Amino acid sequence: MEFSREKRLKGRLAGDRRGDLYPHSLQFYLQPPTENISLAEFENFAIDRLKLLKVVENLGVSYVKGSDEYKSRLEREIRKLKFPYKALVEDDYDARRKDHISHFILRLAYCQSEDLRRWFIQQEMDLFRYRFNALTGDLVEKFLKYVNLSYGAISKEVKEKFAVQLRNSTPGLGGAKVEELEFYKVPLQDAMDLFRVRRVYLLNGFAYVPHTDIVAIVLNNYRTKLSKALALTARSLPAVQSDERLQPLLNHLSHSYVGPDYSIQKNVGKISLEHIDALSVKSFPLCMRQLNKALRDNHHLRHGGRMQYGLFLKGIGLTLEQALQFWKSEFIKGKVDADKFDKGYAYSIRHNYGKEGKRTDYTPFSCMKIILSNPPSQGDYHGCPFRHSDPELLKQKLQSYKIPPTGITQVLELVKGMHYQLACQKYFQLTHDVDDIGFSLNHPNQYFAESQKLLSGGREVKKEPSEPESSQQKLSSQKRTNSCSIPTSSNTEADTELEGLDAYFTED
Amino acid sequence: MAGFEPGSLPDLLPLYYRRLFPHGPYGRWLSYGGVVKNYFQRREFSFTLRDDIYVRYQSFNSPQELEKEMQKMNPYKIDVGAVYSHRPSQCNTVHRGAFQAQEKELVFDIDMTDYDDVRSCCSSAEICSKCWTLMTIAIRVIDRALVEDFGVKHRLWVYSGRRGVHCWVCDDAVRKWSSAMRSATVEYLTLVKGGSETVKKVNLTDPIHPFISNSLSLVEPYFEEYALVGQDILGSNESWEKVVALVPEHILRLLLREFPKKRDSLQRWELLKNKMDKCRPSHAESEIMLQFCFPRLDINVSKGVSHLLKSPFSVHPKTGRVSVPIDLQKLDQFDPFAVPTISRLCSELDTAHEEEEEDGEKENEAEPVPKRRTRDYKKTSLAPYVRVFERFVEEMDKSRKGELLRKSDLQGDF
Ligand SMILES: [Zn+2]
Repeated sequence: MEFSREKRLKGRLAGDRRGDLYPHSLQFYLQPPTENISLAEFENFAIDRLKLLKVVENLGVSYVKGSDEYKSRLEREIRKLKFPYKALVEDDYDARRKDHISHFILRLAYCQSEDLRRWFIQQEMDLFRYRFNALTGDLVEKFLKYVNLSYGAISKEVKEKFAVQLRNSTPGLGGAKVEELEFYKVPLQDAMDLFRVRRVYLLNGFAYVPHTDIVAIVLNNYRTKLSKALALTARSLPAVQSDERLQPLLNHLSHSYVGPDYSIQKNVGKISLEHIDALSVKSFPLCMRQLNKALRDNHHLRHGGRMQYGLFLKGIGLTLEQALQFWKSEFIKGKVDADKFDKGYAYSIRHNYGKEGKRTDYTPFSCMKIILSNPPSQGDYHGCPFRHSDPELLKQKLQSYKIPPTGITQVLELVKGMHYQLACQKYFQLTHDVDDIGFSLNHPNQYFAESQKLLSGGREVKKEPSEPESSQQKLSSQKRTNSCSIPTSSNTEADTELEGLDAYFTED
Repeated sequence: MAGFEPGSLPDLLPLYYRRLFPHGPYGRWLSYGGVVKNYFQRREFSFTLRDDIYVRYQSFNSPQELEKEMQKMNPYKIDVGAVYSHRPSQCNTVHRGAFQAQEKELVFDIDMTDYDDVRSCCSSAEICSKCWTLMTIAIRVIDRALVEDFGVKHRLWVYSGRRGVHCWVCDDAVRKWSSAMRSATVEYLTLVKGGSETVKKVNLTDPIHPFISNSLSLVEPYFEEYALVGQDILGSNESWEKVVALVPEHILRLLLREFPKKRDSLQRWELLKNKMDKCRPSHAESEIMLQFCFPRLDINVSKGVSHLLKSPFSVHPKTGRVSVPIDLQKLDQFDPFAVPTISRLCSELDTAHEEEEEDGEKENEAEPVPKRRTRDYKKTSLAPYVRVFERFVEEMDKSRKGELLRKSDLQGDF
């Protein structure tokens, strides 16, 4: 609450400058952002843009680009993720800012290889095309002026002189239309995509482009600028990579694959509450096992943990009623009484199930989200243990889980290389005694589903953990209590401001 | 004509680089007026030495240094590459990512082997005066488009020394083109598409782009003489099958019935044209002409800024022929078999030398070395080709001076 009020105030103060910064809802992203932003915002922006680009990619596969279905679905996603979605909306400074900053963050992550660059450019181009086409006539002209792409229209005399050539160079035109249409004289470089396929008339080093094809020019120009910029960013990458706050993030972003979101539960109501502890040992990923244990030990979880764990449980099939019962029964063992629970916590659980507030049906967090956003602070148990734990504590925890020393070494090696999901995958292999898990892990609920598949498939689990569990539990919870008093590196990182982001985008 | 023996190259090359290679205009060409800092110095040259030893990333401080190196190494072949961000000879001392190809002439490589499916006279590396017409057509079509469509001024067309031609487009702006621009240009200039799996390689649809209609009007004057008479593409059952495969199904059957009754290719082509006239809007007639005659470009050579191409005036190590500029004013008269071989040039030099000695030695000995070299190639059949090259370099000098003058005039206004 405090935070949002403060923010609004700041926004109003900066009111005059805001308009100058983003005069259009669309931009070529020529200037890198110069403001300092918090690491948390950095992460959120990056994830949202990656989500958006994934949507662009998926829609492009499933629908005809530019069809009504494609457009309406894309608009819905853009709105949902709070990017500028309608050119006419004047006061969307926050969306424009997010658009601007997030684009530059992903540049850092996606400049690293030819493949990444290609993917990034492709999605950004499609996104840009959609947004440019959504501009109305007047805004098109303004935008073209803004990006220095306004070309001179040819005179009536010239048009008459070359009427035949113009008609024959412009497919899809009826014979009479040439006279009515405005043609622009455009330098060759700007019309590359048009003359490549002979869709324009070329004369003496200029392309004669009909008004209707200007979008191709704009896209062509944007593509050139973007690929040049990415090449330049790649050159300054060594500097970025030596920044230990950014490197793991960017590395992860570029390796991320946003898989199924596990919002549709096949097993709704098939999990009984008594089995959760046993399941947490057998089939939960380390992050959820840790949250479950913290909940059992402390009879409480803070907001970040309730979100991450609550949505995970929803994903494995807990109904709303079960969830309410589950959390309540644990919380009232601690300092929270039934009345306080109903007033204070039940709301947020129903919220998670889309029964309150905006009625958004929240989806369980993916590994990417857990690793990148909202790092745990003091007293938190959420996050990714491979990413957010001190390696020494992680080692102790794995030892207490009876992971063989060679396995622990392998996991820690992966952690050191910042391959957190691979480390988790290795953990899966070690706890399920398989050599190759046959899938690539990117979601805690995927971990659970794969584990259950494997276990119900009749495969014998070598180490049946039920027997020594109680003693283990004590041991590890003690360790964890210790860990809480030691500030981890991520705690100190969380609130740091990122300064001088623009320094990574060299101009040449 | 003196026959050429590849084995004689080690004896002939020293003489060639010392007394025949046009070092003067060559250096002036690649210096581009010295306008851009270290432009010549940052240019990559590569030498192919004896036994196929290939030396890349060579660069030189001056045309004189390059000349000395040529005379020292006597390369079998010289390739010209890009102008890099740093001197190529020091590429190992700069950061790997920083060493980048920045500029190069836009080049085209047209190779007769790419026409093997449409010429019956020869195959692969062989050429004859019949199929050479394909190169003539290619130059006409590409050169017109470069000038009229792309607004290009300075093109150097060169015989490769064996079975094809190269084009070097040298305008200042074009040398800066990105590889995307280069490939877009090649795509614009490409009409024949598909490999041996594709029967119909040219497909025209309405409206016909001016580039295509302009190209067609350049192909048409050659078609009868070259394709119908020279290659006799409708001469026999076997050969006309390839042609009628390109017309619509119902016409095809009709033609197969009628063709045997006709006397020769010319008559059969008339018949085909008549039938096609009645079946608009088919473009089969044009498509056939283009498939058999239209230039076939190698996109990979043109696309890459850093791609190397055999230098003008390099000797082809297999044929011994010098890679010489082609005079577009006399394009139809250009005869690849009349292009001198290195052995012929050297013997011409000997003859001239003997004659001079008879004329009197005093005068000759008093002359300074560079002047003598200038006169040396003038005594041989290389002379007219060097003149074409000099004219090309002079044209560039002239337009550069015009450009400078224009700029200083503009400044004078203030
Ligand atoms: Zn031939």
